[in-house]
Amino acid sequence: MQNEIIYMDNAATTRVDPAVVEAMLPFFTEKYAVASSQFSHSPGIEVREALDAARVTIAQALGAAKPEEVIFTSGETESNNWALKGMARAFRGKKNHLIISKIESRSVLDTAQALEKEGVRVTYLDVDGEGFVDLDQLRESITDDTFLVSIQHANEEVGTIQDIDAIAAIVKERGVAFHTDASHTFTKVPLNLAETPADLVTITAHLIHGPKGIGALYVREGTPIAKWMHGGFMEFNMRGGVENVPGAVGFAKAVEMTSATQVEYISSLRDRLIDGLLARIPKTELNGPRYRRLPGNVNVSFHYAEGESTLLHLDMMGIAVVTGSACFSRSLEPSYVLMAMGKTHELAHGSIRYSLSRYNTVEEVDRVIEATAEVIETLRRISPLGKDEK
Amino acid sequence: MPIPYSEKVIEHFKNPRNVGRLEDYDAKATEGSPACGDMVTLYLKVDEETKTIKDIKFESYGCASNIATGSIITELAKGKTLDEARKISWKAAAEELGGLPAVKVHCSVLAVDTLRAAIRNYEEKHGLVEDREPTTVEVVEKRLRHVMNPLTGLDIVKTHVVKKTDVNNGVITVWVDLSRDHQFANNIEQEIRERLEPLWDVAEVRVIFNDDEEE
Repeated sequence: MQNEIIYMDNAATTRVDPAVVEAMLPFFTEKYAVASSQFSHSPGIEVREALDAARVTIAQALGAAKPEEVIFTSGETESNNWALKGMARAFRGKKNHLIISKIESRSVLDTAQALEKEGVRVTYLDVDGEGFVDLDQLRESITDDTFLVSIQHANEEVGTIQDIDAIAAIVKERGVAFHTDASHTFTKVPLNLAETPADLVTITAHLIHGPKGIGALYVREGTPIAKWMHGGFMEFNMRGGVENVPGAVGFAKAVEMTSATQVEYISSLRDRLIDGLLARIPKTELNGPRYRRLPGNVNVSFHYAEGESTLLHLDMMGIAVVTGSACFSRSLEPSYVLMAMGKTHELAHGSIRYSLSRYNTVEEVDRVIEATAEVIETLRRISPLGKDEK
Repeated sequence: MPIPYSEKVIEHFKNPRNVGRLEDYDAKATEGSPACGDMVTLYLKVDEETKTIKDIKFESYGCASNIATGSIITELAKGKTLDEARKISWKAAAEELGGLPAVKVHCSVLAVDTLRAAIRNYEEKHGLVEDREPTTVEVVEKRLRHVMNPLTGLDIVKTHVVKKTDVNNGVITVWVDLSRDHQFANNIEQEIRERLEPLWDVAEVRVIFNDDEEE
């Protein structure tokens, strides 16, 4: 990627930290033995130790009681698939009801829909105008037949951070298992599993400047989830297959490279961007909450300017963002997250998401505010809408 | 590039021709709506003698293919007679633009539809419509299918916002399943009127909302 590109799509994926690449490299060309070969030769033992160390680092970051509660997977999609399908399978013939929210990631929503076709009953919880799950509806929805509640820690599109402790308390009070997709909050928003009683937690490396293709599912000891991948005793007999050691090492290194200072820095960039866009561009609305919002998430709707056109202009100016406009999606459907929040189609069509990382700068934020103002002005000039109100 | 547009599409998207409004227009048409994500308004100035398009302007709320098609179609139509302009097809516009992605067809067809609607609007106003069919409930409903429900982006007939229509002695009555204070009530009423009032044998259009008292 060219240096002059201003990359603000960090909720899609992030640039890998060079320190992460460096930590991974020996595991391709030198320490390449299979970790589960620890019983056969010393190269295997060395690799095993690296995998164990990576697991400890990640377990500590989660506040897990034991490293064995962290099972490496290929990432968010796999962890979410396993959490839902693994629990459905474990409870088959006993319990048949799953609860999720309407704004879960695609990997939770699609998996829930696939389970529905297999006969599982699924409740989709509503969210309010800022994307917060309806806790009363959650309370009322749990029955004796419920085997799992899965609610994301935060939403990647509009940034809403759920009150995960309140949700976990409601679910655990009824003795039901609780899964949360924390892919977008891991190392950014506090989640301490010594205190929050979640049973299953999805995390992934590539959103925190780690490599793609590695993530984990935290499985609290005693959670009756079914084995996921058959074909060996790897990962505590839960997920067969040769371990992705370079990935796990890179994931752990990425975790080590994070800090509270960075989160503060990213949050300050986010606030500068939100304030700047709202002040500089009239008829602009913030989507999602102003507070309790992901550190790097900015999502705004510009009236009278369609999102794909806005995105295309910004792209030509070297700024990478995404839109919730139907015109940008393959399905030609507007963002289901904004729709669930009760936004109009028009606002969804005009929505733009900027997602920041520690590699973004104040100068970039200021340039993006100016560039966006220029683009919106251009599009509004040619738009048939909004002129009569001026 | 997020969507694989041709260079010419991008060029017209960046510098659209004939953008704006005509204050003393002879005909005007709007297709689409903000809710469906694309909307085009087009203005025509027509030479009464020769029936050629002297000036044409458009405004677009929409994606790049919508803007680019509006731009190219106004270029193609300028100086042409109404009959010639009516024959400009979406295919011709797309070819002129060096092709459009298949997924973008619906956004770009809108500009072509708008041009045809504006020509029709001119002809109706000037008594040039030869095939003067009497207006029936079918004709009314066909026209109302172009009015979008801003909440869903779908037309008001399909979404049953229109409860019933009636044509009687040049008076069209449309019953709308919304209350007067609905946020889009005025918007929808205005669009209904714009569609139906130009019909040659229509003297009056009545739009009745749920809470309106009927005479």
